[in-house]
Amino acid sequence: MTSRFIAVVSIVFFTFGTLFPSEVLQAQTSHSQEDLQNETSGEAHEAGGQDHASGEEEFVANKFIMEHIKDSHEWHILTKKDGTHVSVYLPVILYSKHSGFHVFSSKKIAHGHTHKGFRMGHGQAEGKNLEGKIVEVDQNGELVEEGLPLDFSITKNVFMMMLSVAILLWVFLSLARSYKRTGISEPRGLQGFLEPVVVFVEEDIAIPNIREEKYQRYMPYLLTIFFFILLNNLMGLIPFFPFGANVTGNIAVTMTLAVFTFLITTFSGNKGYWRHIFNTPGVPVWLAPIMIPVEIIGMFTKPFALMIRLFANITAGHIIVLSLISMIFIFKSIFMSVPSLVMVIFMLCIELLVAFLQAYIFTLLSALFIGLAMPEHHHE
Amino acid sequence: MIGAGLGIGWIGGRAMEAIARQPEAGGKIQTAMIISAALIEGVALFAVVVSMMAT
Repeated sequence: MTSRFIAVVSIVFFTFGTLFPSEVLQAQTSHSQEDLQNETSGEAHEAGGQDHASGEEEFVANKFIMEHIKDSHEWHILTKKDGTHVSVYLPVILYSKHSGFHVFSSKKIAHGHTHKGFRMGHGQAEGKNLEGKIVEVDQNGELVEEGLPLDFSITKNVFMMMLSVAILLWVFLSLARSYKRTGISEPRGLQGFLEPVVVFVEEDIAIPNIREEKYQRYMPYLLTIFFFILLNNLMGLIPFFPFGANVTGNIAVTMTLAVFTFLITTFSGNKGYWRHIFNTPGVPVWLAPIMIPVEIIGMFTKPFALMIRLFANITAGHIIVLSLISMIFIFKSIFMSVPSLVMVIFMLCIELLVAFLQAYIFTLLSALFIGLAMPEHHHE
Repeated sequence: MIGAGLGIGWIGGRAMEAIARQPEAGGKIQTAMIISAALIEGVALFAVVVSMMAT
């Protein structure tokens, strides 16, 4: 009886949890479509007309959310009522085939300005999406023929990664020093907080999945990705200045992490692993034309799924929180702020759980894949 | 989405039952539960990402 009840409750909970965000998104996309229709038909209804009269921009939830999720060259803090922006501007480093290296502050190209022939791109050109990218233009304002400049800028994400690397180095180097000084004694302070986590990664993730005598070689990697993902997930949830960049929700970052797992898995694969791919035991030879491609695709889908999982989980969480906040502005009502805030706080609590869970899952699956690449010789 | 919700919910419910039957195996069941839930969730999120890219 009770177990049936628990099953029903958990089904309802997860169904609700997965349906709910899609409903919010649908509501919001249909709303922005209405906005577009209003704009194109040129019929500003009452409320819209009043907004334009008071000088406020019309709120488009889609644009607002994408701006907060994407990487950017500046750290936008607020826009004052008179239209001036308060932001932290990060350095732009460019290499262009046309005019060589350039280093300048992103303040000079913010809000539509052009500096040394560079400006922020808009819309599409030659089939490429230029939104949010820096483009080079000549005197007439036309794009130069050499194409986009190479962008090595310290963007929001790069800055936050540097910050998290600095924090991790500082914390763990000071920990290592204190272990060297006092040896293994009763843990104090930060040591007491982090030691159980390290032991958890070792005993619950590494040892059960990688063999007992081999796991120690992979501990540095597993601990590094665990703490890197965890710290970036947590810092991504803090919504003010030096934090809040969506690092682990950027597909390039998660791809790099997944590529590391792929390389380590491939290079630590032993004879048994490669035999399973190219000459799977117990499978007749005439199936090989099917089995080998499938096994090779399988090698790539595992890290690919790692990449998509982390990216989609973190991005989806940010989109849900931002859509709930946008509800206040969509309904243009102060009474909406109460349910919106309650739901945002609820979502942030879930996000806190997800931040730990995703760091755990990424590390666990990495350990699992590495362990799978080194099968013991049972059947020979 | 509904399928993934039902799937993960079912895994959660069944794992609860299993832990209730054999509390001493709770840790192992929990790990297996999280792995399979993560795999299902990966498929669902894959669908979301593909549909977002398509639009």
